[in-house]
Amino acid sequence: MEFFKIRRDIPFMRHALVFNAVSLLTFLAAVFFLFSRGLHLSVEFTGGTLMEVSYSQPADLASVRSTVAGLGYSDVQVQNFGTARDVLIRMPAQKGASSAQQSGTVVASLCAATGGAMQPDPQQDGKEICKAAAGVEPLSLRRTEFVGPQVGDELAADGLKALACVVAGIMIYLALRFEWKFAVAAIIANLHDVIIILGFFAFFQWEFSLPVLAAVLAVLGYSVNESVVIFDRIRENFRRYRKMNTVQIIDNAITSTISRTIITHGSTQLMVLSMLLFGGPTLHYFALALTIGILFGIYSSVFVAAAIAMWLGIRREDLLKAGGAARKDEDPNDPNAGAMV
Amino acid sequence: MNRYPVWKYAIIVIALLVGSLYTLPNFFGEAPAVQVSAAKATLKVDSGTQARVEEALKAAGITAEAIGLEGTSIRARFDTTDIQLRAKDAIQKALVPDPADPAYVVALNLLSRSPAWLTTLRAAPMYLGLDLRGGVHFMLQVDMQAALSKKAESLAGDIRTVLREKNVRHGGINRNGQTIEIRLRDAQTLEAAKRVIAEQFAELQTTDAPDGSDYKLTASIKPVAARNVQDQALKQNITTLHNRINELGVAEPVIQQQGLDRIVVQLPGVQDTAKAKDILGRTATLEVRMVDESAEARAAESGTGPVPFGSERFLERSGQPVIVKKQVLLTGDNLTDAQPGFDNQTQEAAVHLTLDAKGARIFKDVTRESVGKRMAILLFEKGKGEVVTAPVIRSEIAGGRVQISGRMSTVEANDTALLLRAGSLAAPMEIIEERTIGPSLGAENIAKGFASVTWGFVAVAIFMCIYYMLFGVFSSVALAVNLLLLVAVLSMLQATLTLPGMAAMALVLGMAIDANVLINERVREELRNGASPQAAIHAGYDRAWATILDSNVTTLIAGLALLAFGSGPVRGFAVVHCLGILTSMFSGVFFSRGLVNLWYGKQKKLKNVSIGTVWRPGADAPAKLD
Repeated sequence: MEFFKIRRDIPFMRHALVFNAVSLLTFLAAVFFLFSRGLHLSVEFTGGTLMEVSYSQPADLASVRSTVAGLGYSDVQVQNFGTARDVLIRMPAQKGASSAQQSGTVVASLCAATGGAMQPDPQQDGKEICKAAAGVEPLSLRRTEFVGPQVGDELAADGLKALACVVAGIMIYLALRFEWKFAVAAIIANLHDVIIILGFFAFFQWEFSLPVLAAVLAVLGYSVNESVVIFDRIRENFRRYRKMNTVQIIDNAITSTISRTIITHGSTQLMVLSMLLFGGPTLHYFALALTIGILFGIYSSVFVAAAIAMWLGIRREDLLKAGGAARKDEDPNDPNAGAMV
Repeated sequence: MNRYPVWKYAIIVIALLVGSLYTLPNFFGEAPAVQVSAAKATLKVDSGTQARVEEALKAAGITAEAIGLEGTSIRARFDTTDIQLRAKDAIQKALVPDPADPAYVVALNLLSRSPAWLTTLRAAPMYLGLDLRGGVHFMLQVDMQAALSKKAESLAGDIRTVLREKNVRHGGINRNGQTIEIRLRDAQTLEAAKRVIAEQFAELQTTDAPDGSDYKLTASIKPVAARNVQDQALKQNITTLHNRINELGVAEPVIQQQGLDRIVVQLPGVQDTAKAKDILGRTATLEVRMVDESAEARAAESGTGPVPFGSERFLERSGQPVIVKKQVLLTGDNLTDAQPGFDNQTQEAAVHLTLDAKGARIFKDVTRESVGKRMAILLFEKGKGEVVTAPVIRSEIAGGRVQISGRMSTVEANDTALLLRAGSLAAPMEIIEERTIGPSLGAENIAKGFASVTWGFVAVAIFMCIYYMLFGVFSSVALAVNLLLLVAVLSMLQATLTLPGMAAMALVLGMAIDANVLINERVREELRNGASPQAAIHAGYDRAWATILDSNVTTLIAGLALLAFGSGPVRGFAVVHCLGILTSMFSGVFFSRGLVNLWYGKQKKLKNVSIGTVWRPGADAPAKLD
């Protein structure tokens, strides 16, 4: 099977301006939404209490909401989590009350609202579960999470540090392995992916949690791969086709790697899709962030990174000096160059 | 040219064998078990305890699947959870006659069913994080400022005593935050005070300034000493937490330092946060009292008379009753340190106590008046007291340095020192993060993570096999080997696997296939350009290698940054991500090349390789043109 039967090099660079304009517009839109709507940060970042309650019947969100509001907690969010029977309750940090008291009172009043009462659990000492008259368990607390406000600030700071570290590390590596112009181009192209992912999260008000942050940074490393593969081919082409000019060389490099780019991303996307379908609500936004990252990763590394490198003025001499140092004792026409047994 | 020397195949075979061996324990599943460990630092679990456990089980008519001493605990495995519960009751009854004062922790646990020969190879299943097995997670912040203030307070008292001893007159000593201010009348006493402090208090640094007609000497704790104080406070808090959590009966509690001033506590299998928090936050107090040695008290001690008025009956750790006066001489607040050591003259094991200035003064008075009598050091926890030790006072003790010795082994000295130190928290703590995950949610998370990895893998493998034919099969096998090695490495390192970790596993498999796609595309391209099959395979692998290395390094940079700065779920993700990239380099390039070489390498006149359609622009051009 072969999906890509490309006869001639596709003149990608002729349309570089258009691609970059599209990219810039998406980028600006993302920045706009980031500022106008802001990210919907998870409890990990904001601090507060999160409870997941599982009902035996489909839950009535309105009554849950009014029960919790009746306890005097403000700014409480109640939503379904995965199924109609699972409810996620999010409360901001309250002064004075410890989280155990908070979750305890909420569960007790929710239990009372379903007509049950808290009773000691026969299976575990000291733990209380909700029991209705008929002996069924109308609801159970599946998990609680409490995060103090100081932790949240730190997480945000650590996240930015990690981002800075990834950017610096990748730029240094690319500058050493290729050339600074490539490093700049790759980072610009891929950072704009990151902003676009964030833009999506801001626009749809999807929850931005720690796993999503991990996904965003993983995508950054991953889509730089793309740029690296293309840059690698550009360097090889400069060495091999001495008569071509820079634009032709870039076009040829992108054309000859496009099948690999799409197949690789397709495969990774298959995995991510499987996470999206089978991973459940906990991995949902993680997989979503990866999906957006992978799609825009293709676009930015193929169309944006190479074009920026071109505008920065890469030349044959830049690369052959850097790349040639490592393999100066090889004859470019020797088919067995670099062979090892 | 596409041949591997024998040693390369040997590496592959060894890697596969080791990989399978360490992945194996994950397939055996887990069996319900009961775990017995010591609740007190002074108690040791040994073969004698094992015999008692075996006896208790025999008496109850329960047969264990396996029973053994592992490290500091005895673990007994059972067939079903019903038997497990009955066994727990039986063992509890036999080993812990008094539930209010447990000597052993008898806890329910899950143990790997993997056979003994695997366990002797240290092959264990992956360690599941809380989000996969259910439990409670706490992060506690230690209030270091309070620890430093406390230290400054005790130093201020010490300075007062020392200055009086050396006849240096001062106009008042005050603690101001974490500094100590001393007022002095003239330059001469200022110099004297400075000299005394420099001589006796190595951990303090001083600055002086004229203040009106007087001088003000400000002493502050040196940064190095402050760090020491903080380190000790953290260590002591961790020890205290250990002792307390033992009571909860948790099979494998995790209590770890995180950063400079934080402690993470993870209690797998515990659902009741309220009780756990109650125990974590409880304060224990230490008291020094005199032993009542009147005739009535002696009678009460031997059980023949009532406890005299004004005294109380407590038990020593050996179970021996001691009648102790109600009047409290000193509390744990006056004790600054307790260290195990040796007596200078007799070389006997001893515990060295350091008291602060106030404590030292009281201690001196008390010991002067009661030479030859016994004094008791009591530890109160949960409102219940226990005599840690009740030594005889041999002589007046001044200077606040107390030594408890006699009839003590080195181990006992260690344990007593630990108990004395660990009785109370060195600094207050606050819970800043808390997470509870129900056991059903944990099981669900495992199932979901597993399904994601499986179906993703199947989809990618099917696609690769269709698109690249035999080379696709090679790639898929390499991907399976990658998964095998990754699980093996995770099992070997006993790294904690979490749900984000499982997501990372799926993601890393999706990324690892990139190496094989690069190679396969390159081989096709070489074939398209007219290279012979053998040359194409060779060139394909060689040329793709540099690209694969580059792209993996950039991914690894991102992974390492996450590892360095991430916490909690991010760290779980990053560990698997980084390890997965490393194993994928081996399986995707080295191993898959081995497969290709084995299959094609020997065929000298290879005409065709099965890598799917190699489309040549010239070949089907006429067909498309008509």
